[in-house]
Amino acid sequence: MPIIADHLTFVYGAKTPLQTTAVDDISVKIEDGQFIGLIGHTGSGKTTFLQLLSGLIKPSSGTVYINGEDIYAKDFDLHSIRGKVGIVFQYPEHQLFEETVFKDVCFGPKNMGLDQKETELKAYEALKLVGLEDEVFYQSPFDLSGGQKRRVAIAGVLSMKPQVLILDEPTAGLDPAGRKEILGLIEKLCRENKMTIILVSHSMDDVAEYVDRILVINNGKLAIDATPKEVFKHREELEEFGLSLPQVTKAMISIKESGIPVKTDAITVDEAIEEIMRVLY
Amino acid sequence: MKIIKAEEVTFEYIRRDEDGNVEGINRAVDKVSLDVKEGDFICVLGSNGSGKSTFAKHLNSILLPTEGTVWIDGMDSKDEDKLLQIRQTAGMVFQNPDNQIIGQVVDEDVAFGPENMGVPTEQIKERVEESLKTVGMYDFRKKSPNHLSGGQKQRVSIAGVLAMHPKCIVLDEPTAMLDPLGRKEVIRALRALNEVEGITIILITHYMEETVYADRIFVMNKGKIVMDGSPREIFKRVEELEEYKLEVPKITLLAHELRKRGLRIPDCVLTVKELTDALKKC
Amino acid sequence: MKDITLGQYYQAESVIHRLDPRVKLVGTLLYMISLFVFNNIFCYIVAAILLAVVIALSKVPIGYMLKGMRAIMFIMIFTVIFNVFFTNGDNLVEFWIFHISKEGIRMAILMMVRLTLLIISASIMTLTTTPNRLTDGLEKLFRPLKLIKLPVHEIAMMMSIALRFIPILMEEADKIVKAQTARGARFDSKKLTERAKSLIPLIVPLFISAFRRASDLALAMEARGYHGGDGRTKLYPLKYASRDYISYAVLILYVAIIVFLGITSARIIAHLTPANSYLSLLF
Repeated sequence: MPIIADHLTFVYGAKTPLQTTAVDDISVKIEDGQFIGLIGHTGSGKTTFLQLLSGLIKPSSGTVYINGEDIYAKDFDLHSIRGKVGIVFQYPEHQLFEETVFKDVCFGPKNMGLDQKETELKAYEALKLVGLEDEVFYQSPFDLSGGQKRRVAIAGVLSMKPQVLILDEPTAGLDPAGRKEILGLIEKLCRENKMTIILVSHSMDDVAEYVDRILVINNGKLAIDATPKEVFKHREELEEFGLSLPQVTKAMISIKESGIPVKTDAITVDEAIEEIMRVLY
Repeated sequence: MKIIKAEEVTFEYIRRDEDGNVEGINRAVDKVSLDVKEGDFICVLGSNGSGKSTFAKHLNSILLPTEGTVWIDGMDSKDEDKLLQIRQTAGMVFQNPDNQIIGQVVDEDVAFGPENMGVPTEQIKERVEESLKTVGMYDFRKKSPNHLSGGQKQRVSIAGVLAMHPKCIVLDEPTAMLDPLGRKEVIRALRALNEVEGITIILITHYMEETVYADRIFVMNKGKIVMDGSPREIFKRVEELEEYKLEVPKITLLAHELRKRGLRIPDCVLTVKELTDALKKC
Repeated sequence: MKDITLGQYYQAESVIHRLDPRVKLVGTLLYMISLFVFNNIFCYIVAAILLAVVIALSKVPIGYMLKGMRAIMFIMIFTVIFNVFFTNGDNLVEFWIFHISKEGIRMAILMMVRLTLLIISASIMTLTTTPNRLTDGLEKLFRPLKLIKLPVHEIAMMMSIALRFIPILMEEADKIVKAQTARGARFDSKKLTERAKSLIPLIVPLFISAFRRASDLALAMEARGYHGGDGRTKLYPLKYASRDYISYAVLILYVAIIVFLGITSARIIAHLTPANSYLSLLF
């Protein structure tokens, strides 16, 4: 189910003095099963872009095709998109509302009109998929830890069986172990369950480690679209956008500048070790 | 002179079920003893639920210890007569920038603390001006906080505390909700406060990169202090930190791994520059 | 919601902006009362002149102010139509069940003028006064009520906190709506009961968040030494300057003129207008 953004544009407060173009003529094709990292500093328009992709706000011009269908066409039922493209927002607190975790996860499938048995089955599968234990099912979602809340929020969207999962900074505010767990879960969804993932993150280090392809958004425009290794070669450009390189890449550049002939395209600790050992040992 | 001294501090709270029956007792802080030298930059590290935030709230009498004692600049935190003085001595900045700004205009918010202290108007003006200048937010003094970025809001919060002329500022995960740029802004402001103004900083965080320049780090786990030392001493113990659900900065990890593979690198590297220098000598 | 100019501060440097909020509050109140006590054209001319002078002094662009009027255009049109058709008097025009009378037109015009002046005068106050100054003004004006144990300071503090958090909570509500829409929630059901039920997924997170914010804020206020209104000082204490005394004087003069005109207008009108001319419609 490929997603195509076709000259997607979104203007806030059109025809007022405060008019701003949040998303400016973005065209991009996202293939099945890709793990995509979306980066851009706060206010770059990336959240608006996500909302356009998932049918939550109507574009000012341009459109989105999901599986070849124009989702903003007049005769298209936007409600049906929920079972195809799922989006998890930054704060799980914005969506949790039921008395128990299980009931909360049932909310999505129930809205899609499934009967009770189907709904509960989908909810159960989703909760298992995100790795929550049975004893959590009947607890109040508000009593859970930050990491667990995120899992419930993700399950709440997964229960609608989308093929594409969009996550807006799913690791914000979590401690290092919690971050790793959530990113590991997302990676599993992509690699094992063959879902298409669009991950929004501020952390270059996170993105560098996990994704296949990076989209850099700046000022509402798609500025860079390439593999992680390629993207981090655009050092000056990234800095101009208020983004930084992964720490490891920065270190490799500094090492090279000191006269040690290492290649500077390492983005993870493991790659850096390999490269340094190759040159120095 | 120790600005903060904690002795065997324990904090327990009672868990209750829906009917109000006691379900059990949680010990969030467990016999913590530590002291902080005036003028130091201190970091308290710990995973979510390690008790670090609960402990921080003891440092200006928001919470009182169930057992043990906390002294703030020589004042017992339980001493009700000194409450205002304690809160003035140890200011506090919280995680969510939106939920601690009271004023609808930046300068009015910064004035809130001194107003509560009954500082005369003319002096409030001076304090607001100098505090906003210190954190680099003076140009925004007439703006609504709603129009600022997360990092800017946190700097306003810091200015609000500064205007009370504290000796020590406790920050409870001030960067957790910020983007990388905002985080940098806040940390830079804190370092300047510490180095230029000599204010003691106690920074509670789970971002390792922010602790590199600290004078001393405490690591908390399950309510206890489990590690205590300089960044170099702490980050040496990579495996131990992982046990506490923390991680060392990527650069330190890289150096650590290279060292394990036989390269002659000092046992705790904190910055890119140190790593580069060490590799040149190999 | 963002189109409503009413109540949104417009930043500018002007005499009106600098006026003590108490002057503006008392002034606006008296002005509004004056519009209702007398209804003849002379009073309105004087009132309009005063308002025009205040607008000119305030440096708030007219266009900006009129944009705010759009939101209440509906009420305005409704009032006018209501008055034109449903005021009894000598019919000028008649068709089907409608009849337009001289009195009807008169009432409609007067109502329109009155409403316009009323709304512009209220918005001039909120456009030139920050909500904080407004609450400060209210707190100080109502301070005497402390004697009858009214918690004036606390009410003022609550108002100013509410004002600070309304935009934050509105933004949050928008985010929650999107998060739940993404989970297939529908907020557009035709049936009232279903519609009410569909609001639960919106209201629960919003309330939980609001309570959380409230407890965070209480903590932050306490940490900054807040202990009620006693012994508090102010960054910008309210102090009358000479411009405020002058404004009070202008206000007294205005009230005197209006009262004078109100009482004597009947006679002036009798002198000025020959009966039955169209101009007399207005009086």
